[in-house]
Amino acid sequence: MTAPIVEMKQVKKRFGYIEALRGADFTAYPGEVTAIVGDNGSGKSTLIKILSGGLKPDGGEIRIKDKAFSSLTVRQAMEQGITTVYQDLALDNCKDCAGNIFLGREIMKHRFFLDHKLMRQKTRELLNRLQIFIPDITQPVEKMSGGQRQALSIARAVYAGGDIMIFDEPTSAMGLKETSRIMRLFLELKKEGKTIILISHNLFQVFDIADRISVIHNGLLVDSFLTKDSSPQKLHEMIVEKEEGMTDEEMV
Amino acid sequence: MKKWFSRYSQQIFLFAVMMLICIVLTVQSKYFLTWKNIRNILEANSYRLILAIGMTFVIASGVMDLSAGAMVSMCGVIMAVGLHAGLPAGAAVVLGIGTGMAMGAINGVLIHYTGINFFILTLAASGMLRGISLMITDGKPITRFGQDFIFLGIGRIGEMQLSVIFAALLVMLSIPLMFHMKWGNYVQALGGNKDALEKSGIHVGGLRISVHMFLGVMAAVTAVIITARLNSAEPNAGMNMELDAITAAVMGGTAISGGRASIGGTVLAVLILGVIRNGLTLMSVSSDYQQWITGFLLLLSVLISEIRVRKTGTLMK
Repeated sequence: MTAPIVEMKQVKKRFGYIEALRGADFTAYPGEVTAIVGDNGSGKSTLIKILSGGLKPDGGEIRIKDKAFSSLTVRQAMEQGITTVYQDLALDNCKDCAGNIFLGREIMKHRFFLDHKLMRQKTRELLNRLQIFIPDITQPVEKMSGGQRQALSIARAVYAGGDIMIFDEPTSAMGLKETSRIMRLFLELKKEGKTIILISHNLFQVFDIADRISVIHNGLLVDSFLTKDSSPQKLHEMIVEKEEGMTDEEMV
Repeated sequence: MKKWFSRYSQQIFLFAVMMLICIVLTVQSKYFLTWKNIRNILEANSYRLILAIGMTFVIASGVMDLSAGAMVSMCGVIMAVGLHAGLPAGAAVVLGIGTGMAMGAINGVLIHYTGINFFILTLAASGMLRGISLMITDGKPITRFGQDFIFLGIGRIGEMQLSVIFAALLVMLSIPLMFHMKWGNYVQALGGNKDALEKSGIHVGGLRISVHMFLGVMAAVTAVIITARLNSAEPNAGMNMELDAITAAVMGGTAISGGRASIGGTVLAVLILGVIRNGLTLMSVSSDYQQWITGFLLLLSVLISEIRVRKTGTLMK
């Protein structure tokens, strides 16, 4: 079996009285789409925020491409080839499409100056390639629809081009047509050899594209299996069962 | 063209307002539209513009610094102490700029790392800095400096006072810095969405400190001009100058919640405030009204900005 590209062991994170992760494990293999599923508040987003450097864990170990870390900064995660589309999208509403796509990785001219023209041109090309339709790419992001903003956030991740791509609920604000386009994009990225980690509540979507599914419940990994060994119905029942089986203490 | 008008609507509006005020004042006073008076307006507002440029960067980054006026007085006092201790003018200016940078850095560190509200923090800093200035000077102005230092405040190159040339140069440097260079781009992003900037791998703490240091440098340059011009460093110098600077930045179109800035707008706003002050003086109106008008214009600018945000349904913080 291929060695994992990402391995998280016994990861813990507490926010005041709330124990978001209680020693969660997670593994992703190169070139695969791994979905993380679980009910709201199960710790999925906390887990990927730790992996992408947005949060510092209280304990546990993270291994990326055989390099061990006790915690990561955003910069370190980027250097390891991790690109993330966050649930909150992490867009600057005052900037336009190019301003957001190139934030932190600007194209310069004469060494010190931003090449606005080239960045806009590359943005147009990127959005066309990804079939993302935004009529006016020079308008600030605040004037765009939720779906357009989500698509822009995905486009930014594609442009950043790491080999481990994390998507946290990437299509929650999108229409059916846009969602299927993004799903096709995920499959293309997989073909290019990217490792994709996807958080989604849409189990049918998960079964459409994921190779492997990890179920997180109450801050712990409770199951991990190949998609072909399960079905959306079975997975749904598993999540509901776990939720109903929670003690009052666990609920708190 | 339509997009250009929409993008610069506030600046065009300000320009029209300024023209209107100028027309009214030209009709009211025969002295208003004279070269001497125009030069007076530019000279009297050059240092205000310098501080307002610094404040524009700070506001674009999503906070405000209420200690800017006190920083001006503190830098002036430190420079004066240095000059009286025998430092040459150049070294005293460097000392003043260093003081401004250090005070800005302390503000930046405290705002970023303590999480205390910037209003409270910079208000407290203002009180403390004024107190230190008073303690150093014993409440009395420090006067009489060498001619080479005084030259920085009243010296001229041709028809124009050095301070006006400084201000013009700083404006010309600030425009590319804010809109065409990484640092300014990040400063605006810091006000637009700090989390987005952090998630892009930018060290937000360092950036926050650097913006406040920039304001510190601008406060020090302002202090050089005021101290040299008056040939006196006063512990009460720069009183309420932060109000002028905030008013100019917000009136000029810099978003009060950060994320968007306009250097041209700040220049226009400083000129409008200057023209109003000058007009009131020409019409022999008491200077008490000038303070009232500045406060009123700040309130009006914030109201207009708020209405615009609601009307366009923006998602700004």
